[in-house]
Amino acid sequence: MMDYQFNTADLFFALPELFMIAAIALILLLDLFVSERFQNLTYYLTQSTLAITGYFAFNLIGESAVIFDGTYVLDTIGSYFKVFMMVFSIVALVYSRHYLRAHNLLKGEYFILSLLSVLGMMVMVSAHSMLTIYLGLEIMSLSLYTLIAIARDRAVAVEAALKYFVLGAIASGLLLYGMSMIYGITGSLDIGQIAAFATGANLNSEQVLILNFGLVFLVIGIAFKFGAVPFHMWVPDVYQGAPTSVTMFLSTVPKFAATAMLVRLLIDGLGGLQAYWADLFIILAILSIGLGSLVALMQTNIKRLLAYSTISHIGFILLGFITGVVEGYGAATFYVLAYVLMSLTAFGIIIALNKQGFEADQIVDFRGLSKHSPWFALLMLFVMLSMAGVPPFIGFYSKLFILQQVVSAGYIYLAVAAVVFAVISAYYYLQIIKTMYFDDAEKEITVTAPLDMRIILSINGALILVLGLMPSYWMELAISLF
Amino acid sequence: MENTYLTIVLAPLIGAIIVGLAGHRLGRTLSHSIAILGVTVSTVLALYVFNHHVLQGAEVFNENIYTWMQVGGLNMSVGFLVDNLTSVMLLVVSFISLMVHIYTIGYMQEDEGYTKFFSYISLFTFAMFMLVISNNFMQLFFGWEAVGLVSYLLIGFWHHKESAVEASLKAFLVNRVGDFGFLLGIAVLLMFFGTMDYVEVFTLANQVNGQTIFGDISVITVICLLLFIGAMGKSAQVPLHVWLPGSMEGPTPISALIHAATMVTAGIFMVSRMSPIFELSDVALTVVMVVGAITAIFMGLLGIVQNDIKRVVAYSTLSQLGYMTVALGVSAYSVAIFHLMTHAFFKALLFLAAGSVIVALHHEQDIRKMGALRKKMPITYITALIGTLALIGFPGFAGFYSKDMIIEAVHFSNLPFADWVYYAVVFGVFITAFYSLRMFFIVFHGESRLDQHAEEHVHEPALSITVPLIVLAIPSVIIGYLTIEPMLFTGWLDNSIYIDASVHGSVAALKEHFHSAFGLLQHSIVTVPFWMMVGGSLAAWVFSLYRTDWAKKIQERFHRTNYVLESLYGFDRLNDIVFANGSRKLGEFLWRISDMTIIDQFVVNGSARLMRFMGSVIRPVQTGYLYHYAFFMIIGLMLVLTWVLVVGENPLIQLGS
Repeated sequence: MMDYQFNTADLFFALPELFMIAAIALILLLDLFVSERFQNLTYYLTQSTLAITGYFAFNLIGESAVIFDGTYVLDTIGSYFKVFMMVFSIVALVYSRHYLRAHNLLKGEYFILSLLSVLGMMVMVSAHSMLTIYLGLEIMSLSLYTLIAIARDRAVAVEAALKYFVLGAIASGLLLYGMSMIYGITGSLDIGQIAAFATGANLNSEQVLILNFGLVFLVIGIAFKFGAVPFHMWVPDVYQGAPTSVTMFLSTVPKFAATAMLVRLLIDGLGGLQAYWADLFIILAILSIGLGSLVALMQTNIKRLLAYSTISHIGFILLGFITGVVEGYGAATFYVLAYVLMSLTAFGIIIALNKQGFEADQIVDFRGLSKHSPWFALLMLFVMLSMAGVPPFIGFYSKLFILQQVVSAGYIYLAVAAVVFAVISAYYYLQIIKTMYFDDAEKEITVTAPLDMRIILSINGALILVLGLMPSYWMELAISLF
Repeated sequence: MENTYLTIVLAPLIGAIIVGLAGHRLGRTLSHSIAILGVTVSTVLALYVFNHHVLQGAEVFNENIYTWMQVGGLNMSVGFLVDNLTSVMLLVVSFISLMVHIYTIGYMQEDEGYTKFFSYISLFTFAMFMLVISNNFMQLFFGWEAVGLVSYLLIGFWHHKESAVEASLKAFLVNRVGDFGFLLGIAVLLMFFGTMDYVEVFTLANQVNGQTIFGDISVITVICLLLFIGAMGKSAQVPLHVWLPGSMEGPTPISALIHAATMVTAGIFMVSRMSPIFELSDVALTVVMVVGAITAIFMGLLGIVQNDIKRVVAYSTLSQLGYMTVALGVSAYSVAIFHLMTHAFFKALLFLAAGSVIVALHHEQDIRKMGALRKKMPITYITALIGTLALIGFPGFAGFYSKDMIIEAVHFSNLPFADWVYYAVVFGVFITAFYSLRMFFIVFHGESRLDQHAEEHVHEPALSITVPLIVLAIPSVIIGYLTIEPMLFTGWLDNSIYIDASVHGSVAALKEHFHSAFGLLQHSIVTVPFWMMVGGSLAAWVFSLYRTDWAKKIQERFHRTNYVLESLYGFDRLNDIVFANGSRKLGEFLWRISDMTIIDQFVVNGSARLMRFMGSVIRPVQTGYLYHYAFFMIIGLMLVLTWVLVVGENPLIQLGS
């Protein structure tokens, strides 16, 4: 480590991150000086930053290099994840602006914090050392805690932020502890060297024991970020308490970062222990699918319902990783993509119904939506059917691919259990459809979203169907990432 | 020919799309003309295909039309397999669909959703075609889901009726159980065969036969049973039958089309199509046969105590589907398809006749408020009589041949329980005759129980209703006589159905004993089923016309039996209590402990209460509730660590050593 020479060419490979840091610094300064009248400026600058960063990341697809003395890696999966994160962040911010306007939260800080958290996620995605992963994780998390608390006059939001912060700190602590164990036994923070150690043939039983001990803590850190049972306690509270736009952001883009963290730590790093961590994932996955499906049945708040639904989707994603083959990992990645698309649309529609001082976050608020706005009701119908796993929507394929992999890996009982819970969860998705189509509205509901949001939301919702009709390209892409 | 097949399938879809999108602008007449035109095109071409394949004996057509996606080794494509079985199904579906389209003009004329309804039934026809013409499991599953979807839409068509919405939801949920079994079946099949193409699967079947799963259970048996669970959902076999009576909440034309003639027989069709696999598993066949027999007899019994005209026909459908399933179980696939076909005609006829009565009485469905309609509605009366005679298996009518063949096939079967099943299906004839004629007598004969106003206004409905009745009445009489010989014995279905004659000899035995359709007719008078039918008819006459008070006395005398029947054996209540309530309770329980007690009680309510009492904003967050969460996490950590280190599959620490 002492003989490390800084190589200027390395900077090229970190261009997206570097550009974003520079842009954040610039926007932060500008935001202080521009007057209220130009408050849209920050928004447009943020969107351009994301777009340009995405463009840089896109151009780097195909390149691969390990840089900065092995702490940072550029590879195909990283670049693709960055592009996805940028695209979905842009969409999320389009929706967010409408929400923020309606609730007087439209401030520059919001966008800067969003950018910062995205930066943290990019660092996680490209990390090649446990320390870099931790660094990215903390940049992301701290920004997210603050984003939740941005509605600082609303007690529930502050409460949610504080809860998330404290629990997140505990999870970080556990994760660090696990990392220190791994470091202690392997003598390195570098993912590559850890991998070399963990796959080594002549490990004695004590070394395996300590590795596994560390592994458990890493898995818990990852499970917390995903929100898998039993480390899910923050999910419903934060989803419900946070401003809806933050909930939307929180439930979508960071899932890529969490997946990347899983890939870096467990597949790239401790791939040799796959059999051990897959064992843990089985428990986490089945608990998540079960609890998520059952508890969601009783919810009346749609954000809380989506929180439990997320937990159950997370279970499906984790199932993909237990298989230990690239097709399984690909299926899980595809599921993440599908889930993010569906979740964005669902929250987008909730936000589209917001108006000054009114949150459309109760299921009863959707009564009779089909009469007032048949198009958005139809989009919501797409989302719900897709989440329930009805063909030909994308949600069906993502479940199908996962189950197919789980079955071919020989876990038939897992597939059966997952299917049983999927049947149960169909009930509450249908309830929402029933509410929209068969119940009469008690009060006037209007879609208040501006034109740009309507267009993006329509495309977003239509993709759920379109990608469901032609999923093969994306599925093959997802598999090729591993 | 490929274009011909494509046109058959797509014509109704195009009609459905045009009418669905532009129906309100096109107006009623133009809309129904377009929908009917689409189905007419299909019917004419289906006749042509029938002639080409079945009568001229053309080569089997099996090609992929469009490759949808290729993921890993998994090929998903849209493909057509057109052989004689497909040709027969295409013709039956398109013909019944055409009749129902025409009938709908009269039946739905006062309904607001007139054009929407046409769009739905055309869409259904398309989906059904896709299902029967498929050459692979993926497309089969899609067609399967698509017919289901349209069926739920149509059951809930009158969505202002709470009961219709509930019935639609029930049909959806019950079918999900079947569909997931079906999907799992396809998944296991894919795992062991590595392909979804029918022909490839059938050629590989012998290789996979003998492999085991879960220890020593035969893979083929698992696949067959899972697929059959799918068939049980769609073809409403006990205990997944509960949705079919509820589906009667939908308009009558779809009861005839979907819930009697076509969609509910998809399961029967599927099992016949899969005959090369089912033949390899006696266990699966025995299960199929027994489930069918249970459905046939117990659902028939329920038909006796129903008073809603459509529900009587619905239970009769359940019972007849049971008969078809029994035929599948004894490897008499062609007999099942034969009964499927005759049943499609006479049951569609009966439903449409019931619909005709319902329209004439302004949507009255209670048979206790009908009676003596034969003079007021002569065409409906005669056609309903033909349908009823076909259903009870009166010698010479269509149902006589198909049902008699099923009973004989069971007689020749050597599966375990076959003798019990034989008694069940023979006794079933008595029941069928009893409930069918009971309804027929109460509705058309006896004294009129109509109210004054209705009495004056009852008359035969419009031509668009009576013409389909007459057209359907013709095949209900002659189709059995005409097709029994080619369909069962001289090889119409030989290129689609495989029977391992060395083990399952019932069809071969049937063939040996069969001389001619006419001979069967002459011989009928000395058979047990015939006298069962006569007995059932007499009983129906006694209880519904001759001594109407006896029925009441028997009900009082055997009130427990009556209670069991009227509560439909308690299936609905069981589902309510065990499944609906059970999962709700479990959810509620978890919700109570995690959400209510911990989160709501302590955090949400707790926050509110504390805010009120203390007037402080920071306070509620500082209380110990976070500690609950953190505690939960630590417990989770402990459990996971314990699992890995001590309990799991490769415990790292050996305790006690």
